[in-house]
Amino acid sequence: MTRRYSALSLFKEGLAGQTGWKQAWRSPEPKPSYDAIVIGGGGHGLATAYYLARNHNIARVAVLEKGWIGGGNTGRNTTVVRSNYYYPQSVELYGLAHRLYEGLSKDLNYNVMLSQRGMVNLCHSTAEMEVGARTVNAMQISGIDAELFSPEDVRRVAPIYNFSPYARFPVFGGIWQGRAGTARHDAVAWGYARAASRLGVDIIQNCEITDFIIGGGRCRGVQTTRGAIRGERIGMAVAGHSSVLAGKAGFRLPINSYALQACVSEPVKPILDTVVLSPGTGVYVSQSDKGEIVIGGGLDRIPSYAQRGNLPTLETVIAGVLEMFPIFGQLKLMRQWAGIVDVVPDSSPIIGESPLPNLFLNCGWGTGGFKAIPAGGTLLANLLATGKHNEISRPFDLDRFATGRLIDEAAGSGIAH
Amino acid sequence: MQLFPCPFCGPRDETEFHYGGDAGNARPDGGDVPIDRWANYLYLRSNPKGAAREIWVHMNCGEFFVMERDTLTHEVLSSTALGEEHTA
Ligand SMILES: Cc1cc2nc3c(=O)[nH]c(=O)nc-3n(C[C@H](O)[C@H](O)[C@H](O)COP(=O)(O)OP(=O)(O)OC[C@H]3O[C@@H](n4cnc5c(N)ncnc54)[C@H](O)[C@@H]3O)c2cc1C
Ligand SMILES: [Zn+2]
Repeated sequence: MTRRYSALSLFKEGLAGQTGWKQAWRSPEPKPSYDAIVIGGGGHGLATAYYLARNHNIARVAVLEKGWIGGGNTGRNTTVVRSNYYYPQSVELYGLAHRLYEGLSKDLNYNVMLSQRGMVNLCHSTAEMEVGARTVNAMQISGIDAELFSPEDVRRVAPIYNFSPYARFPVFGGIWQGRAGTARHDAVAWGYARAASRLGVDIIQNCEITDFIIGGGRCRGVQTTRGAIRGERIGMAVAGHSSVLAGKAGFRLPINSYALQACVSEPVKPILDTVVLSPGTGVYVSQSDKGEIVIGGGLDRIPSYAQRGNLPTLETVIAGVLEMFPIFGQLKLMRQWAGIVDVVPDSSPIIGESPLPNLFLNCGWGTGGFKAIPAGGTLLANLLATGKHNEISRPFDLDRFATGRLIDEAAGSGIAH
Repeated sequence: MQLFPCPFCGPRDETEFHYGGDAGNARPDGGDVPIDRWANYLYLRSNPKGAAREIWVHMNCGEFFVMERDTLTHEVLSSTALGEEHTA
């Protein structure tokens, strides 16, 4: 009966013919009521449940997922983890996430394969270099590591980039974050699920929320495909489907849902050991531990719930990759897919109580919420446990759209939206 | 490549079109519009899964129109030039 993962347990299981491994998380029947219900079994929902149990000692918690955990954007993303944002509020938020990521494998006793291989955001002109310097200064003042790279520095970390004098997007330098990198997406979902389950959280898959139970003007629970479930407090982290659930709860959100695509090549020998983003092409590239070249780009510009993506955007992305890395011209693409992302006008997330009291939101991460999972979970857990914001979540409340205090990270989000 | 029907030019590549928001999201009028109504108008979106009524512009000819579309299947049901949607 192996519960804790360690070198010793690996060794023992080797001797025992791998017969002692237990399921990583339990799959119980839903109970009629919980202290807290979390809707959505993506990274944010699972992390919320884990921190409710670990930070707040609230373990009568259910995560309700309509499909399988991690089957949404968490399992579809290109796994870049970084914290090079511009505004102080974002620095706090993504900085918290980044620090938690650095200790996550230990904390969860699950290897999330965080690989801090560094990331460079290229600058393609003198003007972009000036903006780059400003961004680097802002980050350094906020205590986030950042460095302004010269063309030689870029060549050192990404020698296979297109440095030809005829390149459409020449390199004038770049913004470097050494602590940035990638993590394994499934491992983040599964690691949180396993750790939460061990603390008593019920993870319930194939359980779709179809409606809310409202009493006295407050959210009291949810109707699901597996029956009614009541909760003292309810949180939702359903990404691209936030507006659909908001509609059932009787309000609207400042969100449009779009498809965001990604693709990977066949695996090849190690050739790129950092993450490279070009604002000119809108494309970013890294190499997975398996050797695949992982390619991400801009949004499909047609509002959509079709989890597939249209061809023109894919063509633009591939054209961008070949412009950046002509050496990839002979690579075969292996897979292409899309996730439905929740795009907000200021490219910052929404965290706080919804217009339906007692229903709390964690959404609006758009194209960039994988890196934020530990923070999104910590903050929604705090809201569900206390009913109140802390200083980090406060600026991200829905009320900023009425007060005008937007946190416009259109540039920091990296991918145009 | 999907084709969208421009009421003026007929079926054209999706890349020639730009999305302009929910149809029927009228700008509030007057000097004393409460903050919440402004926020509604500026930011809140219906974002339906399934049947949608949206404003689009065909960038090549400049035609603005209402397109009825399914956001899940991407099926287009109708397209009507702005100003004609009541007579149509
Ligand atoms: C192609 C792509 C590349 C990306 N690249 C990056 C990147 O490099 N770095 C980065 O930081 N971010 C990236 N992102 C964004 C990131 O993936 C998301 O912001 C993040 O995963 C959101 O996590 P989540 O838990 O909020 O949502 P999800 O993982 O989507 O989870 C939401 C869950 O809610 C469930 N759900 C929906 N409706 C219901 C219902 N009615 N009842 C019950 N359950 C429901 C869904 O099935 C889903 O499992 C990328 C996204 C995509 C699509
Ligand atoms: Zn036209």
